Amino acid sequence: MANEVQHGIEPHQPSGTPASGTPALSLTGASKTFGPVVALADGTIDLRAGEIHALVGENGAGKSTLVKILAGVHAPDGGDFVVGGEHVAFKTPADSKAAGVSVIYQEPTLFPDLTVAENIFIGRQPRNRAGLINRGEMRRMARELFATLGVPIDPDRIAEGLSIADQQIIEIAKAISLDAKVLVMDEPTAALSGVEVDRLFGVARGLRDKGAGILFISHRFEEVFALCDRITVMRDGRYIGVHNTSEVTVPQIVKEMVGRELGALFPKVDAPVGETVLSVEGLTRLGTFRDISFEVKAGEIVALAGLVGAGRTEVVRAVFGIDRYDSGSVTLHGKALPPHNPQAAITAGIGFVPEDRRKQGLVMDLSVAKNATLTLRRSLARFGLISGSRERRTAEDWSSRLQVKTGSQDYAVSTLSGGNQQKVVLAKWLATEPTLLIVDEPTRGIDVGTKSEVHRLLSDLAGRGIAIIMVSSELPEVLGMADRILVMHEGRITAELPRAEATAERVMSAATSSLEGAL
Amino acid sequence: MSIDTARPPVHTDHGGPLHAVRGFFRSREIPVAGALIALVIITTLINPRFLSPQSVKDLMLNATIVIILAVGQALVIITENVDLSIGSILGLVAFGTGSLFNAWPGVPIPLVFLAGMLFGAVLGAINGFLVTAAKVPALVITLGTMYIFRGILTSWAGSKQYFSGDNPKAFGNLSVDVFLGIPIITIVAIVVVIAVGIFMHSVRAGRDLYAIGSDRDAARLFGIAVGPRVLAAFIASGALTGLAGVLYTSRYNSVGALTGSGLELDVVAAVVVGGVAISGGTGTVFGAAIGAVLLSTITSSLTATRVDKFWQQAFVGMLILAAIIVDRAVSVRNARKLRVSESRDV
Repeated sequence: MANEVQHGIEPHQPSGTPASGTPALSLTGASKTFGPVVALADGTIDLRAGEIHALVGENGAGKSTLVKILAGVHAPDGGDFVVGGEHVAFKTPADSKAAGVSVIYQEPTLFPDLTVAENIFIGRQPRNRAGLINRGEMRRMARELFATLGVPIDPDRIAEGLSIADQQIIEIAKAISLDAKVLVMDEPTAALSGVEVDRLFGVARGLRDKGAGILFISHRFEEVFALCDRITVMRDGRYIGVHNTSEVTVPQIVKEMVGRELGALFPKVDAPVGETVLSVEGLTRLGTFRDISFEVKAGEIVALAGLVGAGRTEVVRAVFGIDRYDSGSVTLHGKALPPHNPQAAITAGIGFVPEDRRKQGLVMDLSVAKNATLTLRRSLARFGLISGSRERRTAEDWSSRLQVKTGSQDYAVSTLSGGNQQKVVLAKWLATEPTLLIVDEPTRGIDVGTKSEVHRLLSDLAGRGIAIIMVSSELPEVLGMADRILVMHEGRITAELPRAEATAERVMSAATSSLEGAL
Repeated sequence: MSIDTARPPVHTDHGGPLHAVRGFFRSREIPVAGALIALVIITTLINPRFLSPQSVKDLMLNATIVIILAVGQALVIITENVDLSIGSILGLVAFGTGSLFNAWPGVPIPLVFLAGMLFGAVLGAINGFLVTAAKVPALVITLGTMYIFRGILTSWAGSKQYFSGDNPKAFGNLSVDVFLGIPIITIVAIVVVIAVGIFMHSVRAGRDLYAIGSDRDAARLFGIAVGPRVLAAFIASGALTGLAGVLYTSRYNSVGALTGSGLELDVVAAVVVGGVAISGGTGTVFGAAIGAVLLSTITSSLTATRVDKFWQQAFVGMLILAAIIVDRAVSVRNARKLRVSESRDV
């Protein structure tokens, strides 16, 4: 895939002088909070007519929130929003659409059961004199749009089963038919092949030349530099700066994206590294990840870093046996682990703390004690019945060791804070005495104070000789905690960095697969 | 690598007859209609009297009420909801119709229809409001209103029943008289099917219902007024159920506290068998109507061929499962196609 991306790139050709464009959309100082979480502190973007403008930033930098404000999905709490010279306050996606803003999401939102033509024109289908929908005319208009775009898609087929690339083309056709002045594309190339990327870029350039303002969100620097006239950088929910593409280099942009203090986080204590616990050889699941090989030793924390969607979670799910894989092998303590068999993985000594603890890690309405001992149902049971008092004793033992803050072991887990919930999940798995612990985004949605507690706990466990695989999208966490970092990009491992050699820039560039030589 | 490999060849006809023929044979109504025709042929071979004029008239009369109910239910199911309270709504309207004639023997018959549909629409609106405001699945809401409406009817009717003999003769004759060999109330049902069918196929608001059922979140992102549209679907279903309730009073001998009880499941079965996916977004009211005819014909045909009562119900059950399995198989196949086409270059 990586080499295909390259052949999609042409030298950057600035179109006219960017400064000549009139402002199509400008958002200044927009903020958005969800409860205590600040998703966007200073969202600022200045998009001109006739330019392709890139928006870049790490995971969690606030790009998605900004896009949703432009789309009218979220109303900003503050800030100034001007579209086409007029102040606007979108309340619904329909408002945004009416103002000439079209948004194409990474996962296009088509109606799978409706035809392609209807997906483009729903709600504004052409009608005959009787007020009924004129399907012939609708079909003709759709054909015309696809002809303009140079893409032959049958307007009469249903949208279900279309490739992501075709779905995006349909979204673009929709935007054109709406006469959109602003087109926002949120990571449109993430699921595309090289040829499809070429086709999309051709369409984007055509629209730019006709005077549309295009906001292009991407993690791929080659694409950003090949396609875009200007680049806006965001970090931690804030606007950092805007540059003309011709006057800036990849390392400069990367530096702006990651430039943050690492000091506040808890670093891992060095532990003696023991024997190899897990070894993964050539693990492949078609369409998801390919040729994944790595080892984890006792007492070691190995981080799987990369962008959202790089395939990290899918790899650890396959290792644990939740998902199938097409080829490769997983070996634990020298013994092959049967594929697609989580029960065998647990018996062999693997613990798995999933990414979404609410959905996959905990039964929210059950008590702390019941949750913490879920994995032990069999050993706690006598004659097939689980003893409540033994359950509580075991749970108390683990909660006190992990310092779970709860009024009683009988409280429902849903009453605990995110950090304490995460500790209950950990307790649940530690009670099985695993030799390998897989944690997926262990501190997502946890406040900073509890974060470092979770980090100390993981470090502690490694110190006791447990091998740990940590999937994390947070660079400081990866850099602070991991003995070794495996960086994934689009289903492959693109770099393996020991702690001493790891820097934010190197991880980031491997994750975006901007070539090593560029830095 | 070619991007065109995963896509069927683009055909270049511009909606000509070929196009219409292709669409016709691909539609989900065809297998159901085929099953109906096969059923009629086989039954007639076993028992030639099955197609006698009186028997055909009975078949049509028996299907009429379920057809109208199925059309209303299809509107709701297409939006990925369901209305389980229609049996109780029908009972309330039917008993209300009987009471109306009892209290005001000379009431104009069009007014009776209007009152029945209005009553049904109000009850449907209650369902619609609860579903859209409370954001609780319609299955749960309408299960609740099913019992509530039935409870109201039970306390209203008590042990009282109205008999067809108490109603004006002209009203009862609607289910007796024929026009071109078709009973009047069946003509009403046919008009309903065609009118709602055109609405769902060719009016923007009708297409919105499909969009909502296909992907509710996408519909919201697209700016479709999801809440009001779903509410309207429930009101329409209520009004059609009201119409069916009035016709029920004309067609059957008596109405009382138990009228319409259990009918909702027959109707949902007819809709699903007729090719309307319970997961919303696909199917047509024509299919639902054919499903209704199929299910009511099966009962008659199994009686005509002297099949045990137990097997009649089991047969209906098998049909429902067959319809759902076919549906599921198609969507699994589509999903697999999608996965293969995505994995082609990783």
